[in-house]
Amino acid sequence: MNETQTATLQIDWGGLAPMIIVFAVAFVGLLVEASVPKRRRLPVQLALTVAALIGAVVAVVLLQGANTTAFSIGGTPIGSVILDGPGLFMQGLIAVLALVAVLLLAEHRTTAGGDFVSEAAVVADSAADVAQRRDPGATEIFPLTLFAVGGMMMFVTAGDLLTMFVALEMFSLPLYLLCGLAKRRRLISQEASLKYFLLGAFASAFFVYGMAMLYGFAGTIDLVGINQAGVSSGEPRMLLYIGVAMISVALLFKAAAVPFHMWTPDVYTGAPTPVTALMAGCVKVAAFGGLLRVFNVGLSSSAWDWHTILVIIAVATMLGGAIFAVTQRNIKRLLAYSSIANAGYLLVGVIALGDAVGQTMFYLAAYGFTVIAAFAVVSLVRDGDEEATHLSRWAGLGKSSPWTAVVFTVLMLALAGIPFTSGFAAKFALFGAGIEAGEVGLVVVGVISSAILAFPYLRVVVLLWLNEPAPDAPTVNLPSPMAGTVVAVGVAATILLGLFPGLLLSIVDGASTFLGT
Amino acid sequence: MEAMTYASASGLLAWTWALIALPAAGAAVLLLAGRRADKWGHWIGVATIGAAFALALGSFASLRGLENKTIATELFTVMSVGELRIDASLLFDPLSAVFCLLITGVGFLIHIYAVGYMAHDDGRRKFFAYFNLFVAAMLILVLGGNYFMTFVGWEGVGLASYLLIAFWQTKPAAATAGKKAFLTNRVADVGFLLAMFLMVGAFGSLDFATVFNGAEGLSTGMSLAIGLLLLAAACGKSGQWPFQTWLPDAMEGPTPVSALIHAATMVTAGVYLIARSHIIFSLNANVQTAVVMIGALTLLFGAIVGCAKDDIKRVLAWSTVSQIGYMFLAVGLGGGAFALGIIHLLAHGFFKAGLFLGSGSVMHAMNDQTDIRRFGGLWRVMPWTYATFAAGWLAIIGMFPFSGYFTKDPIIASAFAREGWQGWAVGGAALLGAALTAFYMTRLFVLTFHGPKRWTDDVHPHESPAIMTGPLVVLALGSIGAGGLMATSVVDWLTPVFGEAHEAHGHLTHAQVTIATMAVVVLGAALAVLLFRGGTDAVPRAAAWPVRLARADLGGEAVNRGLFERPGRVATGAAIAMDARGVDGVVNGLSAGIGGTSRRLLTLQTGFVRSYALSILSGAVIVVAALMVVVIQ
Repeated sequence: MNETQTATLQIDWGGLAPMIIVFAVAFVGLLVEASVPKRRRLPVQLALTVAALIGAVVAVVLLQGANTTAFSIGGTPIGSVILDGPGLFMQGLIAVLALVAVLLLAEHRTTAGGDFVSEAAVVADSAADVAQRRDPGATEIFPLTLFAVGGMMMFVTAGDLLTMFVALEMFSLPLYLLCGLAKRRRLISQEASLKYFLLGAFASAFFVYGMAMLYGFAGTIDLVGINQAGVSSGEPRMLLYIGVAMISVALLFKAAAVPFHMWTPDVYTGAPTPVTALMAGCVKVAAFGGLLRVFNVGLSSSAWDWHTILVIIAVATMLGGAIFAVTQRNIKRLLAYSSIANAGYLLVGVIALGDAVGQTMFYLAAYGFTVIAAFAVVSLVRDGDEEATHLSRWAGLGKSSPWTAVVFTVLMLALAGIPFTSGFAAKFALFGAGIEAGEVGLVVVGVISSAILAFPYLRVVVLLWLNEPAPDAPTVNLPSPMAGTVVAVGVAATILLGLFPGLLLSIVDGASTFLGT
Repeated sequence: MEAMTYASASGLLAWTWALIALPAAGAAVLLLAGRRADKWGHWIGVATIGAAFALALGSFASLRGLENKTIATELFTVMSVGELRIDASLLFDPLSAVFCLLITGVGFLIHIYAVGYMAHDDGRRKFFAYFNLFVAAMLILVLGGNYFMTFVGWEGVGLASYLLIAFWQTKPAAATAGKKAFLTNRVADVGFLLAMFLMVGAFGSLDFATVFNGAEGLSTGMSLAIGLLLLAAACGKSGQWPFQTWLPDAMEGPTPVSALIHAATMVTAGVYLIARSHIIFSLNANVQTAVVMIGALTLLFGAIVGCAKDDIKRVLAWSTVSQIGYMFLAVGLGGGAFALGIIHLLAHGFFKAGLFLGSGSVMHAMNDQTDIRRFGGLWRVMPWTYATFAAGWLAIIGMFPFSGYFTKDPIIASAFAREGWQGWAVGGAALLGAALTAFYMTRLFVLTFHGPKRWTDDVHPHESPAIMTGPLVVLALGSIGAGGLMATSVVDWLTPVFGEAHEAHGHLTHAQVTIATMAVVVLGAALAVLLFRGGTDAVPRAAAWPVRLARADLGGEAVNRGLFERPGRVATGAAIAMDARGVDGVVNGLSAGIGGTSRRLLTLQTGFVRSYALSILSGAVIVVAALMVVVIQ
């Protein structure tokens, strides 16, 4: 028997608690599906999910300040799950944003039976499908969401590439499914789901391939080990470059960076709006959590090699997203392209490395709340049962539903980065950090891009207030407390973080050091 | 120059925040009260601006007695990241004081006028709300105690002007003009933001005192970069070359908007920014030369185009472009000329507001027509408008003893005082500009009020109600008297900000310049009277190429089209073509009522995913290839 087998594996159960809670409740949710009568499932599932997410947030808060690994053997840390400032902050952020988005998933009042299909296997537009239009939606969405959230939480704390890959798949697969569950426009929803799945699988293949290359180069899949190998390894550097490129492609795909962005508008438009909100808020956090960790912990020693290409991608993403957004006539596509442009701004934070980790996390929080609230408003403006996503239908909303218009105006101004909204504070902090890190050129492009991007946002504002409503204007369905809470929380966070960004900036400032850097 | 130190606010000066809060509260009430306020809402707007004006007067008086006239008020901390701390702070000093008086004073008069002008418009309440919002934003701009707060106001006036220009959305021209103004303003914002980031990098602060006191230590490159970025910002906002095209188009908004935003206040924001940052601009001679050249070029540009326009508001708009050119010229010259730029700005605020409101009164009488070729002989029908417009006309052409004479003349003299060939060049441009101004303004005046009537059949001109002529009279009094009153007093008043002014001496003495200016002004005006006293054709005649060029805005539009619009269209065209292959096409197909398109959908579907995957693959190839380049190196 050799030594490693006699030494015992120590597990920090407390440190794993946030993920354990989420995963455990997700399994309980599956049992609920099997045992509770259909009509009572929604309240039970919703209560379970909310409880799980609150539990996770509480666990994260209790863990704050931790700077350790969750597993170790005989006192030697194993880097598969890392509990450090950025990891915990992003776990907490994912849980909080998911908590908000879940309320939107459960919204049942704006349209009969909610936004989700009852039996997804029924052929779209068949007689049976039409017949089930008024049935309450499937409640499997709640455990699926919890699995996805758990996966994301694991993704941002993963300290080696294998754990990261498992987590990536774990949060991706439920999302592929969730995208295809829309009750209306089912063909588009299913198309979005399939597209997302095929392209996601394609991107995952890149990840695995890159992981193999990096293992060949460094002899380890541990991020800290890869970083050391970047300095000391005698293997051909070609392996490192291909590995870095492949891993980056997979991560940039999830982050929706140009040219790996093409799925975003289609999937955002096709997926049920609550799922889109979940993706725009939480998946963004997870993807950038992963990017920040990989580049800060694993690849900072080879920064000189990948710097140029990442700058090119960031520039293409910032400009591409903004320019495409200008011509959009569909509110969901507009938000999708703005999400791409925002990925570009966030890449500035990734490229700036350690100097900008805190500010990048602040940006993720600010953007997440705003965008979830924006999608929540989108889900309220309806033509009969369908969402009125074409912008021309939103004209003159200020006259018929002033409060909805006020709320949406605040959100648009925040996305446009007008001072005293969270959008301005976030952009200012992030670009300021970029300047500090010497990325002046990137910041110049970022500012120009956000200037272009402000135009489509403010055109929506003008549309809301100055245009005459159409005679058959869409109705704004009064939200139940669910969607109402989502909008209220999102707007409150947008204004609060805009007026007093210091509250959160001091927190991210204290949580911005990765373990192992 | 001694270091800038803040004094704390006391007494009435502790209420500086209320200057902003009053109009903002008015806007909030108007917007929140909804239709209930349609009947009386506009009076709320007028009252809050009036109160703000009274407060500004009081604060101005309190400031007079103080030793240190730089009063800072800290409201709260906006953000504090590491070393960088940004406060929401206000600064009330002689410079912001005169701006406050101009904004609230002229704003108050324009508000009263607008009560009459917008009386028959359904959106009057909303109009006043935006109007108040604009005044509040403009006050934030000039009262901000650091570049961040100035930027807040800067963005605010941009937003408000976008809303106000596009107020008549139903007019496509208004919607387009709003967009154009917005896009140009974004250029300005980019310059401003980047300058702010550079300041954060260089000083670790955006606070005026920190930046100005530390400016000496800037490297040449840095001061050049910050100066040019701020200049770009100022040019965008103030409609200076090469961003001049948005300003005349902005005339599509209601006339009081043109008067307030595009004459008296917002367009002067660029001049304010340069004057406020005078320490940065004085650091680098190249930046100063850039400001001077842009000012000289724009003042000629505006004057030449102004000669060829037939739309009463557009002529006034181009004259605004030209007059702000004079202000840029002055603040670019630096030293004592800073204060000259500011007094010309103040005088301009009066006479240009008067001229615009006068033109609104004329339009009111002529069924909203704006073509001066169809006016004529109006002096008999609208005596009040005629008399007040005459005061504004004499003031803008710089006739003694009207206000323009006292403010424009010293600028021309200072321009001639610049060293070397530049003195002759910019001085000559300023002098030529004065002659052209006299010509086109006289043309406008004569064609509108004198000569034979060339009215269309359906108009029955009448004088405007007292609520509109009242403000006109007050502004006319300002056009007559303000220049002489301000010529020395305001210059002295601004000494704490700009330092001691020195009489400029250069190529020509002041007396020579005055004589020359008067001569060319009289000549230009006389020529216009001679040419146009008999009226003119109802439609423009074919003309030689210089006139055609001027009618086409000296090619400004064509340049825009060639340089920005066409590449923009190509880019967006390509974008749309690429994008149309996405779900949108399918969605459109569905919404067109084609239910059973699943087959088509499926065939398209595979194609799409393949092309998306191809995009990912080519992206990956590029990434790998780029990293390989590193290896080869």
